[in-house]
Amino acid sequence: MFKILQKTFRVGAATADYPRVAPHLAEQFRGCPEFDFNLWSDARPAAAACPTGAIALSDKDGVRTVTVDYGRCIFCGECEQASAASAGQISPVRMSRQFELAVTDRRDLVLTAEYGLRPDGTHAELRLATSSPGQEDPRKRIAAAIETMLGRSLSIRQVDAGSCNGCEQEIVALNNPVHDIERFGIHFVASPRHADMLLVTGPVTRNMELALRKTWAATPDPKVVVAVGACGISGGIFGTNYATMGGVDAIIPVDVYIPGCPPRPQALLFGILLALGRVRQRLGSVKS
Amino acid sequence: MTSFFEELREHFPRQVHAVGEPVSGQVTILLNGPDITEMVRHFLTEYQARLVTVFAEDRVNAEGVFYNYYVFDRVGDPSWVILKAPIPKDQPSFPSLAAELPSVNWQEREIQDWFGLEAVGHPNPRRVALHDNWPDVHPLRKDFPLDTVLPPFEGEQHVYRPAYGEGVFHIPVGPVHAGIIEPGHFNFTVAGEPILYLQLRMFYTHKGTEKLFENISIERGVFLAESVSGDSAFSHATAFCEAVELAAEIEIPARAQFMRTILLELERIANHIADAGAIANDVGFVIANAHAGRVRELVLGLNETLTGCRVLRGMVAIGGVRRDWQQGQVEAVEDTLKVVEREFRDLVAIVQSSNSTRERLENTGILRPEKAKLLGIVGVGGRASGVDLDVRRDHPYEAYRHLPFRVPVYQAGDVRHRLLVRIDEVGESIQIIRAAAALLPEGPHRAPVQRIPSDRCAMSAVEGWRGEILYWVRTGEGNRLERCKVKDPSINNWPAIVESMEGNIVADFPVINKSFNLSYSGTDR
Repeated sequence: MFKILQKTFRVGAATADYPRVAPHLAEQFRGCPEFDFNLWSDARPAAAACPTGAIALSDKDGVRTVTVDYGRCIFCGECEQASAASAGQISPVRMSRQFELAVTDRRDLVLTAEYGLRPDGTHAELRLATSSPGQEDPRKRIAAAIETMLGRSLSIRQVDAGSCNGCEQEIVALNNPVHDIERFGIHFVASPRHADMLLVTGPVTRNMELALRKTWAATPDPKVVVAVGACGISGGIFGTNYATMGGVDAIIPVDVYIPGCPPRPQALLFGILLALGRVRQRLGSVKS
Repeated sequence: MTSFFEELREHFPRQVHAVGEPVSGQVTILLNGPDITEMVRHFLTEYQARLVTVFAEDRVNAEGVFYNYYVFDRVGDPSWVILKAPIPKDQPSFPSLAAELPSVNWQEREIQDWFGLEAVGHPNPRRVALHDNWPDVHPLRKDFPLDTVLPPFEGEQHVYRPAYGEGVFHIPVGPVHAGIIEPGHFNFTVAGEPILYLQLRMFYTHKGTEKLFENISIERGVFLAESVSGDSAFSHATAFCEAVELAAEIEIPARAQFMRTILLELERIANHIADAGAIANDVGFVIANAHAGRVRELVLGLNETLTGCRVLRGMVAIGGVRRDWQQGQVEAVEDTLKVVEREFRDLVAIVQSSNSTRERLENTGILRPEKAKLLGIVGVGGRASGVDLDVRRDHPYEAYRHLPFRVPVYQAGDVRHRLLVRIDEVGESIQIIRAAAALLPEGPHRAPVQRIPSDRCAMSAVEGWRGEILYWVRTGEGNRLERCKVKDPSINNWPAIVESMEGNIVADFPVINKSFNLSYSGTDR
C-alpha cells in the first residue's frame, strides 16, 4: 500500500490539459491532408494513390470536379507522396497536423474543386473551390437539450457496430489518466438505457445492424449519436459490400462525425465536446 | 527433405500426386482427391506435426476444382508443409477432421459457409461465419460478386443448447457489451454462480474482408490488412506484405527488415502493457490500470515519432517501409525504452504486491496443457499452458534470426500465468528492440517494386502479440490477388476460453476473457 502511494506521488499529475492547452504531437504526426487547389496541376496521381477513394475525380465537358472527403480519409499520406512525385518540389497536397476535424454536418467533411482541363488531362485553371456549406441541422437542438437538462455531465455508451478494434483502442485511452475524460463530467456506462450518447464505430456489418438498431431504440431521448472513424462515417476502406452497410448514418441518425483512422484521443474528445456545444467546429462553414 | 518426399510417396502412393517447394521453406504436396484423413493422422502421429490451419480456394474457372489447403508445422523443422487437396465441383464435399481435431471446428464450417463445400461428418455442421438468417449464399465463390445486395434479415435466430434442472439457467451476454470491447455473444449456462458451460457466437463483425482483398489492388490491400484487427495493424499488414513479397520474389532491404522488427515489437509492448493493466482492472485493482494506461501512452508517442501514427498505420509497404528514420528518431527509441522499462518494472511490482489481486488471478480460468495442445491453442494463451510455439523462433522472418531472445513458457495455464507470459515478453521485446536498433543497417528502406507476377502462391507467418498470424495469397493479373486467406490467432483460441471457463464463476469471466484478449474482428474478418 505504501509503495502504491509512493509511486502515485512520485508520478504526480499525468493528465494533459487538452483542449485548453494544445497537445504534444510528434513532429512526424500526420493529421488530415490539406490541399492548395491553386497549385494543384493534376489530381489524378493523388486520386489513384488514395486507398479509400477519399479523393474522387469526375471529368465532364472539359471540366474536372475533384472532391475530397475527410469522412473517408485514413490519413495515410499517400496523396502527398504521389502529388510530390508528379509536381516537382512543392506538393499541392500536404499532410497537416490538424486533427480537430469533427463536424455536425456530414457535408462539411467534403471539399470540392473544379478545374478546366488541358488535352493531356492536367488542370488548366481553377474555376471553383469550396467546402460544401452545411445547413443548420435540427438534430443539434438535441445536444442543446442535453446540455440544458444534464448540465455538464454526459453518459456515453460505446457501440462497436463492426469496427476493426482500432477506434476502440483510442476510445479506451480516453479513460487513461493522460486523457481522463471524466474531468469533463463525461463517463462511459454499461447500458444504453443509462446513456445520453452513443459513440458508434463501423462499418456497420450486416450481422450488427439489428443490434445497433435495438441499442439506439433502448437509449432514452434526448440522445446524441456520434459516428467515429472513417469506417463509422462512410464505411472507410470496407465501403459497402455483401457483409457491410457502410457508415453509421445508413442505419441510425448521426449528430456528430469524427474523422480519423483511428481518431486520436484528442480528436475524439474534440468531437464529443462539439456534440455538447463546448467547442466550436473548425471545418466547413463556421456556424454560430 | 528428399527422404521425406520419398517416404510420403511410399506411404501414400494413391493420394500423392506431386510434391514441390514453390517457395523456399513451403513444401506443397498436391493430392489426387479430397480424402486427407489418413495422411493427416500420419502427420500428427509420425511427424508430431500440428495442423495450423485449413482453408479453401475456388479454382473452378481456372482449373475446374476447388482446393482445400491443410497447413502443417513440424517441431524443429523450419519448413511449413501444405497439403493441397482438390475437390471436384460436381461433388463439393470433403471429409471433416473436426471430430478428432477440435481446432478445425470453426475453420471447416467457414469453408462450408463461404464456399458451399460440405464438411462430411462434422459433429456440429451448423453455420458459423454467416449467421442463421443469411440467405443461401457462398460469398467466396468466384461467381458471387462482392457488392451483392442481400435481402433484409428474416427467419429463425440461432438456437443455443438448452439446459434443464433446478437452479440451472442461461445468461445471455452481448453482442453489445458493458465495456468498450468488440461485439460477440456469450451464452453462459450456470448452476448458481458456477458456469456449467459457455457457448460462443462470433462473426458479428464479418466485413467480407477476404472477398474484398480479391477486388482491390495489392497496394490498397496493405491498408486493408491494417484494418483486419486494429490492435495488430502493423503485424497483419507486415504479414500481408511478406506473403506478397515471397510470392513475387521481392527481396526487401536489410534496413527495412530491422525497422519492421522494431515496430512489430513495439506493437507487442503497447498491447501487453495495456493487457497487464486491464487484467488488474478486471479484478478491481484500478490503480495498476491507470499506471498501465500512462506507460502505454509513452509507447504510442514513440510509435508516432517513428511512423507518424500512434498505432503504426501507414508505415509498412510492399518492398519495405514507407518512410525512413533520421538519427533523432532512432535515438528516441532508446530514450523512450529507458523510461518504459523503469515504469513497467514499477507497474509489475505494484501488481505483484497486491495479495488480493494475486488471489483472484491464481487458479482462475485454468487451461490445462494437454487441452491446449488438443485444441491447437497458440500465442500467449498457448505459452501459458505449455505450448512452446513462437513463429519468431521457429520460422524466423524479418531480422529475428539476428536477434537473441527467450520464449517464456509456463505450464500452469491460469490467468496469472497468461499475465506472466506478457510481463516476460515485454522484457524480451525491449531487448530485441535495443539489439535491432544497435544493429540497424544503413541503406535503402524500400525496394523498388516492379509488376507483381500473376499466379504465384505464398504463405507468410508473423508472431503478432496475440500469436501466430498467417496470410496465404495467390496473385492474379493486373496487380491483384486471386485469393487472400487471413488467419488471426484468435480463430484458434476461442475454444480455450470455453474450456477455461468451466467451473469458474460468472464474475471471473471478464478477467478470463481479458487474459486471452482475442480479436473479434480478426476472427470475423
